[in-house]
Amino acid sequence: MLEKALQGTKLYWGWLAFLALLVLVGVGCYWQQLTHGLTITGMSRDVTWGFYIAQFTFLVGVAASAVMLVIPKYLHDYKKFTKILILGEFNAVAMVLLCLLFIVADLGSPQRLMNVLLHPTPNSILFWDMVVLNGYLLINILVGWVTLEAERKQVEPPHWIKFFIYLSIPWAVSIHTVTAFLYAGLPGRGYWLTAVLAARFLSSAFAAGPAFLILVTYIARAFTGFDPGKDVLATLGKTVVYAMIVNIFLFLCEVFTVSYSQIPSHSAHLQYLFFGYHGHGVLVPWMWASMIMGVAGILVLLVPKNRKQDNMLIIGCLLVFIGAWIDKGLGMIGGGFVPNPLHEITEYVPTQLELGVSLGIYALGFLVLTVLYKIAIGVKQEVE
Amino acid sequence: MYDKGKILTGLAVFVVFMTYPFWNNIGRAAYVKPELEKPRMAKECVENVEYMRAEHMAMLNEWRDEVVRNGMHEYHSSFTHQTYAKSLTKTCLKCHENKDKFCDKCHTSVAVSPYCWDCHVDPKGVKQ
Amino acid sequence: MNTTRRCFLKLASIAALGWGGVRPAAQVLASGGAAPSEGLLFASRHAVHAGPHALTAKRWAMVIDTRALTSEIIKDMVEVCHRIHNVPDIPTKQNIKWIWETHFENLFLDDVHEHLPADHPQIGVALCNHCDNPPCVRVCPTKATFQREDGIVMMDFHRCIGCRYCMAGCPYGSRSFNFMDPRPYIAKITPEFPTRTKGVVEKCEFCAERLAEGKLPACVEVSRGAVVFGDLADPESPVRKALASRYSIRRSPTLGTQPCVYYLV
Repeated sequence: MLEKALQGTKLYWGWLAFLALLVLVGVGCYWQQLTHGLTITGMSRDVTWGFYIAQFTFLVGVAASAVMLVIPKYLHDYKKFTKILILGEFNAVAMVLLCLLFIVADLGSPQRLMNVLLHPTPNSILFWDMVVLNGYLLINILVGWVTLEAERKQVEPPHWIKFFIYLSIPWAVSIHTVTAFLYAGLPGRGYWLTAVLAARFLSSAFAAGPAFLILVTYIARAFTGFDPGKDVLATLGKTVVYAMIVNIFLFLCEVFTVSYSQIPSHSAHLQYLFFGYHGHGVLVPWMWASMIMGVAGILVLLVPKNRKQDNMLIIGCLLVFIGAWIDKGLGMIGGGFVPNPLHEITEYVPTQLELGVSLGIYALGFLVLTVLYKIAIGVKQEVE
Repeated sequence: MYDKGKILTGLAVFVVFMTYPFWNNIGRAAYVKPELEKPRMAKECVENVEYMRAEHMAMLNEWRDEVVRNGMHEYHSSFTHQTYAKSLTKTCLKCHENKDKFCDKCHTSVAVSPYCWDCHVDPKGVKQ
Repeated sequence: MNTTRRCFLKLASIAALGWGGVRPAAQVLASGGAAPSEGLLFASRHAVHAGPHALTAKRWAMVIDTRALTSEIIKDMVEVCHRIHNVPDIPTKQNIKWIWETHFENLFLDDVHEHLPADHPQIGVALCNHCDNPPCVRVCPTKATFQREDGIVMMDFHRCIGCRYCMAGCPYGSRSFNFMDPRPYIAKITPEFPTRTKGVVEKCEFCAERLAEGKLPACVEVSRGAVVFGDLADPESPVRKALASRYSIRRSPTLGTQPCVYYLV
C-alpha cells in the first residue's frame, strides 16, 4: 500500500517538501540544542519543564481520541464511523510519534535514552509512560494497517485483529491517565496534586482530539474529495461538545476546591494563571482566551443546527481545539511550576530556538500524518 | 528490468556510501601503533598488559558502577595480589602521569573519544 | 562476567516474578539475596561498603541552628561546598546551587507569621534534605538518583538522562540541572572531584566522598558550630543531643517526605 504515498499531485509533493523544509529548520535548531544544551530554551532551575513537555501532554490527548471512534464502531456497532475509523487510527500513530519526539527533545542527555530500558524502574511513572506510549503506537500501526489492507483486498479483516482493536480501547485511556499521573503524584506541586487531573486530561483529550479529526477530515475532503459520509462529522461534533462540557465542569470543580479551601500552595497557581501573582502574569491573557474559546466552542457546537453546518462545525472545533491547546499546551506545565516550592516566582517563556525545534517536530508529525492519510484515502477511493 | 536507470543509480550510490571508509583512506599512511609513554615509577598495572589493553574500558565501567552505586571502593587484583582504589584519577593517572601521551594518544589514533574527561579532571591539566 | 550475570538475573526475575509488587515488595525484588545493591526493578536502598577510615552511621542527619547562623557563616558554607564540588557559578536563572542562603519564610512556608519576635532569624540555609522517603528517587526512571542504606540520596551522573522529573518531584527545590557545559563557569577546578557535564541533574550529597575518607561534610566544618552532623539512630550523637536540647522543625513535613535536615529554632 506504500506506493499510494508515492503517487501524488504537485500540490501533494509541494506540501511534503514544505514540511520537510520545516523539519530541516527544526533539525538546525535541535543541533544548537545538542551543542549548547537546554540552555537555548527558556527553562530554568525553577521551571524545569516547558513547551516540549507541554506539547507532549497535549498531543497524548489528541492521540487518545481514536477511541472515540473505536468505541461507537466496535462496541455499539455504529457503522457510520467505519469510513473515518482509519483516519482516527492513523492520526493516533502520527500524534504518538510526536509525543515521543517531544520527550526526546526535552531530554538533557538524549544519548542515554536507552537507560530507561537498560534499567527499567517501575516505581517511576515515566517508565510506564514509555510503555503505554510505545504500546499505543504499535497497536495503532498494526490495527490501521491490517484493517486497511483487508479493505483493499475487500475481505474481512482477520479475526485476531479484533483482540488488538478491543485492547486499543483501555490502552487509549491508559496513555492519558498515565500521562496525568506523571504530574498528579508529585508532592509540593499544588496545581497538579489533584485526583481530578487524569479525568480532566481525558475529557479535554476527547474534546480536542475529535475536534482535530473533524478539522483534518475537512481538509482531506477539500483536497481529495474524500467523503466521510453523511452526518458523520456532525455526530463526532457531539462527542466534542459533551467532552468539552465535562472538561469545563471538572475544571470548575478544581476551581471550587482550590478557592473555597483557600490553601495557598494550591490556589497560588490558579491565581498566577488567571490573575497574575505578585505582579507576574505572562499567561493571564492566554488563560482567559482559552476559557472564552472553550465556552464559545461549547455554545456553538451545542446547537444541533450548527453541527450540521460545515462552517459552524469548523468554527466550533477550532475554538475548542485552540482553547484546549492553550490550557494544556501552555498553562498546565508552566502554571504548575510557578510559584516554585519556596514560593519564589520565576516565569517561563519559550525561546525562538525552542519554538523552532517544536516547529520541526510538528512538521515531521504532519508529514507522517499526510503520508498515512494519503495511503488511507487512496485505498478507500480505489475500492470505491 | 523496469526503471533500470533509477535502480542502477540507486545501487551505485548505495555502494559508494557503504564503501566510504575504504576509498576515503586510499593513499593515506598505514596505521601505526602509537608509541605510548610508559609509567616511570610502576612496573606493572593492576592486571596484565594484554588484559588491560583489551578490557580497560569495561573495567572502568565496572569500577564506576561499583564505586558510585555500591560504594565499593577497593579493587583486589589477582594479578599483583594488591588492593587498589577504584579511581581513574587517583589510581590510573597516578602512574600514567601524562594523559596526553598515554590515554589520548591511542584514543586519537583509533578515533574514539571517551566521555570520561567531560567530567573527570586530569589533575595535571588544571593549571589555572 | 559480573555484568552478564546481573543482566541474566534481571531478565530471569522479570520472567519469574512478573512485574508484581508494590513498594514494600521493593525489598523482596530489590535488595534481598546476593545483590545488596541496585534493585532489579524497583529502586531500593543501596548498601554502603565503608572503607577502614570511613565515617559510618545508620542514618545520617544534619541539625542546623537557625539562631547561630549568620549570613557570613552561610557564605563560608556555600563557598567551600561549591568550591570543592566544582559547582559552577552561572549568573542566570539556569544556575546551579547545592546549598544556598534564602529567606526564613521561603524555607518554612507554613511556620512563619508576622508577629514573631523582632530578633527571630531572617535568613536560613537550604540544601537537599536527604529525605527518608524521597520523591526524587521514586520518580527517577533510571535509578540515576538512589538512596543508600544510611539515608544519603545520591546521584549517578553517568546514568542520568536529564529528564528533570526529579526536579519536578522535589518539593524543596534542592536540585539543579546542567543546562549548559558547567566548566567555563567554574573559577578554579578542584581536580579531586569530577565536574558535571551538560544535561545531567545534580545536588548536595551530604559529602559522601568526604565521609568515605573519615571527614565531616565541608559545610559542617566551616559552620562554627551552627551545623552539626551525625547518626540519627545513635542517642549519643551530636545531632540527637542537639535535637534533645531545643525545639526543631523541618521543611514542609506534611508532605510525608521525612526530611533528615532539622532546623533548631
